[in-house]
Amino acid sequence: MTEPGTTETGTTGTTERRSPLDEVHRAAGASFTDFAGWQMPVRYSSDLAEHHAVRTHAGIFDLSHMGEIVVVGPEAADALDYALAGKLSAIAEGQAKYSLLLGRDGGVIDDLVVYRTGDDRYMVVANASNREVVADELRDRTAPFEAEVFDESDDIALIALQGPDSLEVLQQTPGFGIQGPGNDGEDFAAALDGLKYYRAIAAEYDGEPVLIARTGYTGEDGFELYVAPERAARIWDALRETGGPRVVPCGLASRDTLRLEAGMPLYGHELGREVMPVQAGLGRVVALSKEGDFVGRAAIEQGTPADAPVLVGLALEGRRAARADYEVFDGDAPDGKRVGVVTSGALSPTLGHPIAMAFVTPDAAEKGRTLTVDVRGTRVPASVVPLPFYKRGA
Amino acid sequence: MTDQTELQYTEEHEWVQVDGDTVTIGITDYAAEKLGDVVYVDLPAAGTAITSGNVVGEIESTKSVGELFAPVDGEVVESNQAVIDAPELVNSDPFGEGWLIKVTTSTLPKLLSHAEYRALVGE
Repeated sequence: MTEPGTTETGTTGTTERRSPLDEVHRAAGASFTDFAGWQMPVRYSSDLAEHHAVRTHAGIFDLSHMGEIVVVGPEAADALDYALAGKLSAIAEGQAKYSLLLGRDGGVIDDLVVYRTGDDRYMVVANASNREVVADELRDRTAPFEAEVFDESDDIALIALQGPDSLEVLQQTPGFGIQGPGNDGEDFAAALDGLKYYRAIAAEYDGEPVLIARTGYTGEDGFELYVAPERAARIWDALRETGGPRVVPCGLASRDTLRLEAGMPLYGHELGREVMPVQAGLGRVVALSKEGDFVGRAAIEQGTPADAPVLVGLALEGRRAARADYEVFDGDAPDGKRVGVVTSGALSPTLGHPIAMAFVTPDAAEKGRTLTVDVRGTRVPASVVPLPFYKRGA
Repeated sequence: MTDQTELQYTEEHEWVQVDGDTVTIGITDYAAEKLGDVVYVDLPAAGTAITSGNVVGEIESTKSVGELFAPVDGEVVESNQAVIDAPELVNSDPFGEGWLIKVTTSTLPKLLSHAEYRALVGE
């Protein structure tokens, strides 16, 4: 057989960067992949087992390759309102918001999660492959404002604990507390209980600051912990020790199938500079109602052509997955016209049938429509289904 | 348990076990590990004539697709139904229950020894 490569997105960098958790992963027997110039775990033993662990109990991920860019200053809120698509001035301290960095032409330069970590302070989390471009764009765009931009990616490691058991495991892990004097483990457990989705709290581990956010990229309840690199291994080990068999270390392979089932876009697949937010179903992320100009506004207001492709979910028959770049055709006749292209796809571990996201022409995007995907020479029937493919129970 | 040192190998990460004029073909543990969890295999049916170097099947994981190249000229006498039904056998027992096809052949090309193959994959 051919040497199988990994299919994660990300540019192959000339420098091979390693996570502060690298030794932990090697000791755990992880297989690695190059991801945006980083050597990151692709799986530890079985990507299917890792996927199922997150859906049923919990999984722990090293996401230290992600970029963290801090914007700070009296005009930080206004600066981000201008620089990004969302109204970041409207979020409260401790709140997070999914946002986009748009080009002047309205295309997506990166998708981001922005945390307001203080009245005059935000942390912008960027995809690893876009860290530099996001930092550069933020510096340029915020220059007229009283705000400064610091790329703190090298000083922040990121651990995600995802899955229905995440809350309990994090609550039970010794060493955590709320930042500030006079707190104890009980306060911490209560604070986590009350922490809403897309909210973060300033916590500490062994007296060192940790930002704990109820966010994730798996479609499950879970937390993301922004920690000092030198603390990452101790926190990782503590969570695994507390969780025992409930917490399975997970690589990027399972992260990709989890986010796909949850209908979440991946930069370089569903998002890119040639994609307008509305095409990817992210029109709501662009705050056209906010006052003042923002980068990309004019282009977004002009709108996209009526025939611009739109992102849809596809459910396929059989077991063979439609994968990125496979062509999509209308109807199930052999001479159906080409209507689009797959951006991501896999045999869904949870649902048991192949799922895919694809950009197709608007006339082929209606729910329930029958399409076909050319899977390496065979036309496989697919139907247009709503996103997400998977939604967790209440 | 198959003795891996008795098998022959290809640079495409297949193993070949010779028994008279019948050869059994599978993929190596190295290939299975690189693929990740195998979730689908597509194998040629019994009676199919195969030509060395041609793609005759697919081994698909959650992350990628590997192509199965015919290591010999011949005719397929059996494809492993157990693997078609339970593709995870390719991961759990690549040299045993995870075999893929049996082929009759009259000519056996020069293949790699166990030591040569392990050197190839750097182990």
